[in-house]
Order: sequence, then structure tokens, then C-alpha cells
Amino acid sequence: MARNATPMKPRKPAPATPKRPGARVTRSAWRDRLTAWRLHHRDSARDALQRMRNTPAATAMTVLVIAIALALPAGITVLLENAQAVTRDWDGNAHLSVFLKADVSDADQRALAQRWQSRDDIERARLVTRDEALAEFRELSGFSDVLDALPDNPLPALIMVYPADTRPDALAALQSTLSALPEVDIAQLDVLWVQRLHAMIELAGRIVGALTLALALAVMLVVVNTIRLAIENRRDEIVVIKLVGGTDGFVRRPFLYTGFWYGLAGGLVAVLLVQITLLWVGSPMDELTSLYESEYSLIGIGFSNALILPTFAGLLGLMGAWLAVSRHLNDVDPQLL
Amino acid sequence: MIQLDRVSKRYTSPGMGSKDALRQVSLHLPAGELTFLTGHSGAGKSTLLKLIMMIERPSAGEIMVDGIPLNRVGRSGIPLVRRRIGMVHQNHQLLFDRSVYDNVALPLIIAGFPRADIGKRVRAALDKVGLLSKEKLNPMMLSGGEQQRIGIARAVVNKPPLLLADEPTGNLDPELSAEIMDLFRDFARVGVAVMIATHDLSLIARYPHRLLTLREGSLIADREETGHGA
Repeated sequence: MARNATPMKPRKPAPATPKRPGARVTRSAWRDRLTAWRLHHRDSARDALQRMRNTPAATAMTVLVIAIALALPAGITVLLENAQAVTRDWDGNAHLSVFLKADVSDADQRALAQRWQSRDDIERARLVTRDEALAEFRELSGFSDVLDALPDNPLPALIMVYPADTRPDALAALQSTLSALPEVDIAQLDVLWVQRLHAMIELAGRIVGALTLALALAVMLVVVNTIRLAIENRRDEIVVIKLVGGTDGFVRRPFLYTGFWYGLAGGLVAVLLVQITLLWVGSPMDELTSLYESEYSLIGIGFSNALILPTFAGLLGLMGAWLAVSRHLNDVDPQLL
Repeated sequence: MIQLDRVSKRYTSPGMGSKDALRQVSLHLPAGELTFLTGHSGAGKSTLLKLIMMIERPSAGEIMVDGIPLNRVGRSGIPLVRRRIGMVHQNHQLLFDRSVYDNVALPLIIAGFPRADIGKRVRAALDKVGLLSKEKLNPMMLSGGEQQRIGIARAVVNKPPLLLADEPTGNLDPELSAEIMDLFRDFARVGVAVMIATHDLSLIARYPHRLLTLREGSLIADREETGHGA
């Protein structure tokens, strides 16, 4: 049934793409295409923003949901950072108070302190003789009258040991080594509660990590759903674009920008929310720290984090949009009639 | 320009058996010729257009469009095939959230034409269909015939070698139909392969051109109307 009865007329339609007879023209065609690609990115980004602005209430709602989901872990992280900053200095004071037995002579005490000083696992060892201990106690405790009444100095000599390694394991090891020595009565670790606090902060950090992961997922799902609706609303447009030869990338681009803008806006609002909360908490906090004779003031979210959070949120939005688009765009296939 | 070699399309739906929409159809549409495709609804006209537009794939046989064997075109290559085909839809497929100009410019933007060229080409296409003065309007404000002509302008704006039209005169009165047919004949005259799917027999009778007739998925007639007119 194929038919070639009529002679073919010379074909003279202009080709779909510009003619490229030579290398120079080809290069400029590539440049044209690159320019077109860049322009489409710009237009898609702008168009996505414009569409969000056209529906301010819906946009604000989505952005707020994202912002709250992000502000929660970000805020708790800032609080934890503050807790860590407050307790960081306490860690440096980690030391063992090693009380010596009463029968160790003054000379042996000094020799012992010197020997420990040269140990690798000890940074510094300071001998506090019985007299020095008494003087210090007298000064700090205000019990000088009572002490005067005592016939004899009741305090033992002690060596303050500042370990080279303040990690809990190393501290415990050093403590048991020193306790085992014959001259030592007891070796007391003074920083247990600091360690417990650190352990708690670390645990809280892990929990925030898990929370962050869950809420990041929630942000992505919010974007997935928003983009899914956008795809549904623009079904006709997608069909027409596909029919006139739009690539998947061309169809996808405005939606990806929409997701990115949602994430970015949510991230920025989240930073604002955290900062406002810190301001709100700030003045009672100052009052509290002044009662503890501390000059500590709250660390804010920080400039770099204020940049990182929105960027991260933007990427989350982009990923959500990508998921929605790759999941739902194939559902929209052109049909004639 | 288009060549079909023993093309079949069978639709199978689970539990409902299968239906042959096209059976062993072979045909050749050369450049610069206008062809009518006719047949009752369900005869396979739409299926044929869908296969050429790569909206669906044939169950058997080979299709060549502008020298491209469609069997070897993957999903990512489909847009490039569609850019070589201008398609005029029965329901126009216009976008009502933008101007006439933007509707016609869409294929050029998609194909990445330089912005400077786009204005020129869009206005040339609109001038050709006589709508140059309405470029800033929304297509919703225009009549059915005018909307159809926007669709034609969009189909030819990037000068594709192939023009397909699905019931282009569907709801138009004879006078408007004649205008539209004149446009198609002009495109054929400058070398475009034009195929018009229609069951408007009076239209076919008035314009003697090659006529392909489908019945129940088979090509039952392929005749050249010679005589007056063309």
C-alpha cells in the first residue's frame, strides 16, 4: 500500500533547528542553546516565585509548617551548644585528689609527687602538705576557731593529680592505678558529676539528631505533597509542553525551583523563629546567670548556621520536589482527544 | 517524511481480551503533500496519530519520521521527535493562563531558540494565520476559529517538516473551514508533509487530495483525487 505514484516535490522546509554548515556556526548554536538553558532556569525560578506570591495564604502556611519543623531541632541544638559552652571549662578542672596515708613521711610525699609528675598519663601533680591543707581549710571554711581547738592537724597530705587525658576511661584507669599504690589512702575523682552531665548532653545530642532526621523527612514530605498538588493543578500545561517537545528536564525545572524556594523560605523563617525565641529567653537567662555569679550570656544561632540552615532546607525542598516530580510527572502523559 | 511498514497496535486489557486498533498498516507520506486520513470513529485514526507522536508505541512494525526509526528512539529522545512534528489538536490544547503570543512561542522556548529570533518567528506565524493584532490577548477571549488558528500557528512556528491535524475543522462553519484548509495547503506547497485526520466528508469532497481510509484498523483505500482544485 505504500505509494510513490506522484514524484516527490523537492523538499524545502526549514529544518527544526538552525542550519549549521560550519564549525563556527555550530559553536554559536551551542552557545545559543546554553543561553536558552540559562534563561529557562532564570525564568523557571522567577515564575515559581511569582506563583507562590500569587497564593500568599497557601504559601505562608506551607512555609510556616516547614519553618516550625526546622526551628524545633535547630532551637534545641542551640540550647545544647549553650549547655556545652557553659560546662566546657569545668572539664579542664578534671583532677584526682589522692589522699596519702598518715604514715608517709614528708620526704616520701615529695618524692612521690615528683615521680608522678614525670608519668606520661599525668600532666601535673601538686603536693598539698598537711600544713598547707590546714591553712587552706582554715581560710576557706571559716572554722578556724574549731581548728584551733583541735590538739592536732586532722588533715591528711594530698597530691592533686591533673591527668593528661580527661576522658572518663582514662580517668578511671588512673584512679585505680593510683589507689593500688601502698602510700595511697584513697584517690578521689572530683568530676564524676561533670562527666554525667556530659553524658547527658551527648545523649540529648543524639536524640536531637534523631529528631532532626525525622523532621527533615517531614519537611520533605510537606514539599512532596505541595509539589504533587502543583503538578495536579498544572496538568494541562504539562501535557501541552510534552506534546510540543518539552523534555522531562524542561517540565521538571519550575517544580524543582518551587520546592527549593519553599525550603529556603522555611529555613529563613526557622532562623527568625529561633532568634526571636532566644531573645525572649535571653533576659531571664541573664538574671539567672548573674545569680550564679557567672557572666555567661546565650550563644545565638550564629552567622554560619544562619546560612547553613536555609541552604540545607532549600536542598531538602529540592529533594522533596524531585521525589514528587519523578513520582507523579509520568502520570501526566499526553493523550489526544 | 513518514513511513509506516506493517504497523500494528493491539490493546490488551486484563480480563477483557484484546483489540486490534491497527492491523498491518503500511504507508508513505512524502514531503510537500497534503493527505487526508479518514474512517469512522474507532477505525484507528487516533491510534495512528498517537503512534506517530510517540504517545504510544506500536505492537509490531516500523515507523520512520523524518528519517528517524521510532523503534530505536528511547524515552529521552521522544521530545526531539515531537519537535519535528507540528500537531494541530481538535480541542486546540491551548494554555489559558498566558497570552496568544506566549502560547505560540512555547515550542521555540522549549527548543531553545535565541530570544531575539523568537519574537520574529512568533509574529511571522501569527501573521500567517491572520492573528498578528491579537498577540497580547488571552486565547480565552477569542472565537473557536481563532483558537484553532493559534493552534496552527503554534504547530508551524518552528517550521517542522511534518504537520498533523486531528479534526482541525471539527466545530467550524464551512467558511472558516475553508480558511483553515487554505493554510494547510500553503504549508504543503512549501514542502511540509501535511496529514489531516477527519471524518468531515464534505471537506474531503471539496479538496481533492490523497485520501487514506481506515476501517477497523486496516488501511482499505489509498487513492489520489485528481481533478480540479489543487
